[in-house]
Formats: sequence, structure tokens, C-alpha cells
Amino acid sequence: MTHATEPDKSRQGRPAGGPSMAGTVLPLAGLALLALVPLGAPGMQLLVNLALAKGLAVAGVSVLLRAGQVSFGHALYFAVAAYAGAFLMTALPGADLALVLLAGLLGAVVAGVCVGLFVVRYRGIFFGMLNLAFSMIFWSFLEKFYHITGGADGIRLPRPAVLGMDLDRASFELVLFYLTLTLVLGLGWATIRWLASPAGQIFQTLKTNETRLEYLGVSPRRALLWGYLVSAALCGIGGALMGVTQGVVTPEYAWWIRSGEMVFIAVLGGAGSVRGAFVGALIYELVRTYASAYAGDVWQMLLGGFLLVIILFAPRGVIGMIETLAHRGEARK
Amino acid sequence: MTAPLLETRNLVIRFGGVIAANDVSLTITAGRNLAIIGPNGAGKTTFLNICTGWIKPSSGQVLFEGEDVTPLPPRAIVRKGVARAFQIPQLFTEHTALENLLIAVAARDRLRNPFMDLHRIPERDEMMHLLEMVKCADAAHRPVVELPEGQRKLVDIAVALALRPRLLLMDEPTSGVASSEKHRIMEILVEALAERKVTSVFVEHDMGIVERHAEEVAVWNAGNVQLRGTPREILDHPDVIRDVIGEAV
Repeated sequence: MTHATEPDKSRQGRPAGGPSMAGTVLPLAGLALLALVPLGAPGMQLLVNLALAKGLAVAGVSVLLRAGQVSFGHALYFAVAAYAGAFLMTALPGADLALVLLAGLLGAVVAGVCVGLFVVRYRGIFFGMLNLAFSMIFWSFLEKFYHITGGADGIRLPRPAVLGMDLDRASFELVLFYLTLTLVLGLGWATIRWLASPAGQIFQTLKTNETRLEYLGVSPRRALLWGYLVSAALCGIGGALMGVTQGVVTPEYAWWIRSGEMVFIAVLGGAGSVRGAFVGALIYELVRTYASAYAGDVWQMLLGGFLLVIILFAPRGVIGMIETLAHRGEARK
Repeated sequence: MTAPLLETRNLVIRFGGVIAANDVSLTITAGRNLAIIGPNGAGKTTFLNICTGWIKPSSGQVLFEGEDVTPLPPRAIVRKGVARAFQIPQLFTEHTALENLLIAVAARDRLRNPFMDLHRIPERDEMMHLLEMVKCADAAHRPVVELPEGQRKLVDIAVALALRPRLLLMDEPTSGVASSEKHRIMEILVEALAERKVTSVFVEHDMGIVERHAEEVAVWNAGNVQLRGTPREILDHPDVIRDVIGEAV
């Protein structure tokens, strides 16, 4: 089993009963390190928050990669969720943060059902391009229906309340940061568990043999639809968090480059890896921010070159390299 | 009178000018293993495809335990108790042999718990036993893509058996298996099927296998059943010797 082994690989070569380096220790150490960012490097807090929100959306794209499907339009769910949150804030100023995130999640799942029922009939390039088409239709809607969506200017989100409290900007950003980190931990863990579960494994068999799946009594379309909804939900949570963090949502959230970026980050981090999605998003945002500051217009070239090196020499992405090194370290012990 | 396990009534299907099933009416009785023989292109695999819902006939009916399953998709027919093993094994190649069986169990029992690890399902030992039964225990933890063809065929059949079917349709179960191993493998299979009370229908080209392991034989020719009888009756029949075998077994 290639990908579903995210939890299993971690068991390989581990001393009996102890936590594995690659599977448990490193991710937890990484999260602990990130938790210290507001204290140790407050200037990076917003950057890390945005990267982690994007990481959740990338995790959604990675889930689909497990079934061998690439979506070039998952920014749709990112945008639907962000706008759902924005519409809620417009209708109910001072609404609670939890309610905004819930509205985003609900919006993404409903959109996932509507689009999913249609796109799960297709595979490969057709699946990818149909997703792109739906995301671009939504982008056009956001751009053209100015009186509803604010057009290219988008919608500003006032700061939501947190458990009924109106927080100042610094406190709100701190709460949002730790909430995002908690969601990354919780949803990342839940996604990995689901992928290792019977239903998650059935979903992943779509990559290798749909004929056998049908002859096991399972509808391949229905199996794909469930995975598609998990994927849309992750993208939705990421989009809603991004909208609240940035305080403004624009049609750019649904733009095709955003979808491409998600696929790019998924491959960079490790195609199909949930942990890789977050690692990839952090690397991408850091490189993008600092390279664009210091390397002007060549930062895309730097990222492109980096991706080429990854594809050629580390097809399992950055997370694959980290896991290989961690396993070697454990083997030496 | 009890209904036959599977019955086909006047099945017809055409592929362009080729009639792959030409008014096929056949009954399969529970507990009697049926071998299907015939020249290439006679319509043997098409018959299996129609019985499992993969291809829909132009006309005619397929009844399983008296129920008309003709319009149903393969997954619905599988759920009624008909499993299929393929000439080219249909497996999840990136998963191990054991995982293939565990996924079959997950599908069979509709396991939905999102936090249960596939490897921790209660049927794991039962599936290991099934792999032992088909002599593939050594392949349990190897990805299927690494297994030799013969072993893949056995894993394919084990996956079908994991569904606990009442009828198993097999397309050339011993093709791709070393000739020295064929009889041993068929003995293992027949024993496993008898232990689980599974009736089998298998397409076969090796007349030695047919003679030894089938209880009934149906001869296919030009999309229809030309003859049916016991292995000895069929293999001694001059038409079969002339059209199918070429020499007496």
C-alpha cells in the first residue's frame, strides 16, 4: 500500500511500543514549534496562520490524489466557504467565529454535493478540467454579480466575536492562530485516520482497480463522492479560516491560479500526504514571501526549479525526504 | 421444486455482426461445479459478463435463486451472492494481498467506522486463514504488484471467496499458472469451495482439469450451449473431440 500507509509507515522500524519518529514525534515537535511562533517570532504569526489555512485546503486536494484524481478547481470550495462566512457576517454583524466557520463548512459541503454528483462520473483529465470549469463559473459569478458579491473588490469581513466576546485585533489574531493550529492537528489526524479506515481504503482503491471495486459490491462513484466531500470540507475550512484571517474575501479565492497553487503545494509537500500538505504550504508561503521580497520577480522561477528537483529526485515530496531521514535515524538506533 | 441457483433464459447479445450469445438457456444447480469449454470466441466470457451484469443482453433474462437480476449492475448482483474471479486478476495492485482481502470484507460488511484501522478489523485472522487455504500466506504482506501471475490468480479467487458468495464464476482459473502446479491449485480451490459450500462455474481450456474437477460440462459454440453432460460424456463426444479438443483426453 503506497499512501494509505501514512499511519502504517510510521509503524515500520519502530521499537515495540514506542512512538515513531516520522509518524508521531516529528509532527508533534513541528506543531509545538509552530505554537511558539506568536511568542518567539510574532512577525511570522500571520504568515504561518495563512499557510496553515492554505495547508488545510491542500490536504483536501491531497485526499483526492490518494484516489488518483487531480482537481484543478478546488479553489471553488475555498471560495464558497470564505464567501459563505462573509455573507453570514454581512447578514449578522458580530456573529461568532464558530458560526462563521460552520457556515463556511456547510457551504463547501453543499457545493461539494452539487458539483460532486456530477464530476464523480468522470476520471483523469476530464475530472480535473470539469472541476476547473465549475470553479471558473463561480469566479465569474463573483466578478459579475457586483450587487451581491462586491465584484472584484470582494466583501470585507468585520472581526467576528469569539464565544460572545469582542476581542481587540491582537487578541483576536492570537485566538485565530491557535484555533487554526488546533484545527490542523484535529482535522489532519482525523483525515489520516479516515484514510486508514476501511472506507478510506476503499476510496483509495479507485486509483488502481474500479472493476474489482464494482465486483466487491461497491459503487465506485459513491466511493469517490464520499472522498470528494471530505476533500471539499477540508478546502472549505481552509477557505473560511483564510477569509477571517485576511478580513476580506475577493474573487481571487476562486481564481484558477489558486487551484493550481493547491496542486503545486500538494506535489511539493508529498503527493497524497496529509502531513505533506501542511509542510508544503509552510515552505511555499515562506519561500513566496521572502523570495518575493529579496528576489523580486524570480521567486516563481525559484519555486518552479525547486518543484522540478523534488519531482526528479524526491517523488514523495518534502515529507518523503523527511520520513526517509527519520527512518534512517531510527534504523541506526 | 427448488429454483436453480442461476438460470438464464434465451439470452441474446450481438457485437456488430458477431452473435456472442445466441438464445442461451442454461440452469446451474447448487452444489454441482460446472465447467464451460469451447473454442476461442465462442462466447464463454461474454456469458460470465452477462450473468454478472457487466454486459446487458439485447434480450433474455438472468435469474439468481429465482429472482430476475438482468437489469441490476454488477455490484447489486455481487451483493446477492454471485462473485467473480477473472482471467486477468483484478486486484488492488498497490495494496498487499491481505489488504485486498480485508478491503473485500470491508465492502461485504459495509464497514463505515472512520476511525477503525483496516488492519484491526475482527476478520483479519479469518482472511489470513483464507490466504493460507489458497497457499498464499507468504504473499500476505507483499504488494500485489510484486506477486507472480499464478499467485495473483489465487489471491483474486480468495478475494472473491472473502465475499462469502453462493456462486463463484471463474474465468480460466489456472491460466498463467505453471502446468506442474495446475492440478494442485485446482484441488486447493475445489476443497476451499466445498468447505464454504460455494458452487462454481469455471471457463477452462485444460481438459485434464475439466475431467478431474468438474461435475458437469457445458460446451459452447457460436454463442450457444452445444452440449451438456458429465465430463466423460462430453470429452468422449466426437463433436467435442473434433471442434474443441482435437484429440481424446
